[in-house]
Amino acid sequence: MAEQPPVLRMTGISKRFTAVRALSEVDFRLFPGEIHALLGENGAGKSTLIKVLTGVYSRDAGTVELEGQPVEITSPHHAQQLGISTVYQEVNLCPNLTVAENIFLGRELTSAGKTISWRKTRRTAQSLVARFGLDIDVGLPLQSYPLAVQQLVAIVRAVGPADAQTKVLILDEPTSSLDREEVLTLFSVMRRLREEGVAIVFVSHFLEQIYEICDRITVLRNGERVGEHPVSELDRVALVRLMLGRELRGLDALAEADRAEPDKTVLLASGVGRRGSIAPFDLKLRSREVVGLAGLLGSGRTELARLLFGADQADTGTIEVNGAPASIHGPPDAIGKGIAFCSENRRTEGLVPDLTVRENIILALQASRGWTRPLSRTQVDKLAAQYIKALDIRPSDPETKASALSGGNQQKVVLARWLITAPKLLILDEPTRGIDVGAKAEIQKLVARLADDGLAVLYISAELEEVLRVSHTVGVLRDRTLVAHLDNGPELTEDVIMGTIASGASGASQ
Amino acid sequence: MTESMWRNVVRHHLFWPAAILVTLLLVNLPFTPGFFAIHVRNGHLYGSLVSILIFGTPLILVAIGMTLVIATGGIDLSVGAVMAIAGAIACWYIDRQSDQSSVVGVLVAVVLALAACSVLGLWNGFLVARIGVQPIIATLILMVAGRGIAQLITGGFIITVQSKPYSTIGGYIWVVPTGVLIAAVAVTSMATLTRRTALGLLVESVGGNAEASRLAGIRSRRIKIIVYVLCAVFAGIAGLMNSSNLSNADANNAGLWIELDAILAVVIGGTPLTGGRFSIGGTVLGALILQTLKTTIFTIGIPSQANMVFEAAVVITVCLIQSPAFRARVMAPFRRRRPPPPATPVRVETTETPAEVAS
Repeated sequence: MAEQPPVLRMTGISKRFTAVRALSEVDFRLFPGEIHALLGENGAGKSTLIKVLTGVYSRDAGTVELEGQPVEITSPHHAQQLGISTVYQEVNLCPNLTVAENIFLGRELTSAGKTISWRKTRRTAQSLVARFGLDIDVGLPLQSYPLAVQQLVAIVRAVGPADAQTKVLILDEPTSSLDREEVLTLFSVMRRLREEGVAIVFVSHFLEQIYEICDRITVLRNGERVGEHPVSELDRVALVRLMLGRELRGLDALAEADRAEPDKTVLLASGVGRRGSIAPFDLKLRSREVVGLAGLLGSGRTELARLLFGADQADTGTIEVNGAPASIHGPPDAIGKGIAFCSENRRTEGLVPDLTVRENIILALQASRGWTRPLSRTQVDKLAAQYIKALDIRPSDPETKASALSGGNQQKVVLARWLITAPKLLILDEPTRGIDVGAKAEIQKLVARLADDGLAVLYISAELEEVLRVSHTVGVLRDRTLVAHLDNGPELTEDVIMGTIASGASGASQ
Repeated sequence: MTESMWRNVVRHHLFWPAAILVTLLLVNLPFTPGFFAIHVRNGHLYGSLVSILIFGTPLILVAIGMTLVIATGGIDLSVGAVMAIAGAIACWYIDRQSDQSSVVGVLVAVVLALAACSVLGLWNGFLVARIGVQPIIATLILMVAGRGIAQLITGGFIITVQSKPYSTIGGYIWVVPTGVLIAAVAVTSMATLTRRTALGLLVESVGGNAEASRLAGIRSRRIKIIVYVLCAVFAGIAGLMNSSNLSNADANNAGLWIELDAILAVVIGGTPLTGGRFSIGGTVLGALILQTLKTTIFTIGIPSQANMVFEAAVVITVCLIQSPAFRARVMAPFRRRRPPPPATPVRVETTETPAEVAS
């Protein structure tokens, strides 16, 4: 591939935001027909580089060449005209419009009378999605399809219509909310595009996926390019080392450390279930123990957690907390029993973005006291300062608006909110999703420490590796049923769990 | 004043409403000499500023109640009707007394009226928080039906009362207008209620992210009901002031269209209609701006047929000046050299703001 001229060459790109140097003299090249991973921790400059490339930001220095010609990209629209298309992490389409309307929004197909030809639109859209291996009705609203399909429709929109000669396709964390099967569909589409000669920039936090699909890797750190390598020449440890710039101490040490023995039962669920959501399950959660939940997206992981917390109402079964029957009809009941729940959707179900970090942190504690018994300002300041320090939340100013924080720090704020309620049971649903490797390791370590201090933890993660690292036992879900409890030990590997997910209870030990 | 102090003043969330109010007041000066003069005449405080305060008090009361409702992401269109009902109940009760000037009778009338208002607030809150009706629809019901209820109470007539204690509510205590005292007490108690307890925080949380608040254990239904009740009670007080001032109960015209002015006052005061952060002080300034504007229209001699259009033009200007995004855009050509303010980012699809890059 190297003998081919690159389709895109960015040289010496610098970008500065007031006091912060976001990019300094970054080089980036992209060859036709390759899938190129752009990696780095949060804040390394990936998004900034992409935004310079798509004309969202103007660069301070450097040159951009497209097919050997210097170009000045002035706006996202201009980038699109040049053949650079982007699909963002969050689907940027209109869920209430039909799939066909979404694909042709802003470049409607017209008939002779200069009016929109819906027939033509529909037919072209249908053949387009078929070309991408999607079997869907383009006449239905986009929102009637799962997120993965919406994501693929976004890609169809970006590269599909014949008028846009897509040379470069940028996928900014397209897989963060997809399950395995959906990822595979996406990958097959990506491979097809690669064969057609499209150069794809792939941004992802999932290392597995990068090794599965990518040809070449560029790593950014602190706004600088620290390396560009073919995937085959860079193993995972080396890659992580490049991204972090330091050894991955602690990440693996976690599993090896002597873990305290589980203590008394905190929560016992018997036959708890909810029709259409999750089949009745039994679950025992003990203090000093981390129970991991593994399963594909949509297998009922989140649904199970929400029943325990009362976020949804169970319609069968009983729950005992500390040996006494507990009726949990809503979050306040659960919180009263010492249960805390961090939702997987940080933005929509966790943070209140307009409030400050301080206010977000004390929210659950204040809610449990009721509005008539406010925490004193001194107490609040003390608690906020204590947890900002303990969890190393940055920036450390408690008066920062929560929306201004990075993903990892937002997650820590939500964690702090629950930790100050001094819970007995902490339910974490995807606590490390979409946050960088360093923050991820910190949160995992924190969870291990909390469990050692006597907390019962239920830990949900889509990444098997992570589940294995933090948990004492692993519950496996499949098709909205809890199918197995596996003890974590040397013999429990990702393959065993995957086998269990694939085949049901038959793969279970004991 | 150093530059940094000045900048802090400008950044304060009440700076623009206050600046607009002062400007509007100053506009009056050339047209009305002695506009800022306050003196005592016939044992009462007297002057243009005093009139603005007196006529503005019902709006202030209604608007601070509305502020909390809007902060939860709701809206209350029924405040005008609730005002009418409060006046109707009070006058109906006083009218039945053999001695209309009995202090006890008037007190009972006031308590009765406010109790009825809290029931109406409960009804609104019940529809919004329990049944899940959209606030604009839920309160539209009472906005329309409320005038009917008021008419039923007054029997379709304008009830006129002659009660000295009752007229005090809209009159004077010693030299000070009673309404101004009531408004001062109402504003202080509302500020205390929201900021000295956790009510304000929980209201802002519910308005900022309802689902996250629910999962944090906030009983948001309860919060919403409280807020609608407070709003109705404050509207009731405004209704009593209004009715006492005129010594009558007019089911059709009392508090007519005040809901629109109240919503406007809240928005001018800096509380977004989408809910979340609210500012009681901003709303008070907003209400005073609207009242001053009405006064200004008369003093500077706008022809009466142009009143509405002029008012609308000023309101639009005020709203634009209040918007940080608009100010940033207007000022952009002048501040090339200085770093951009940390205002709301204009870009739509940014997943990583410069602040995040910094972290």
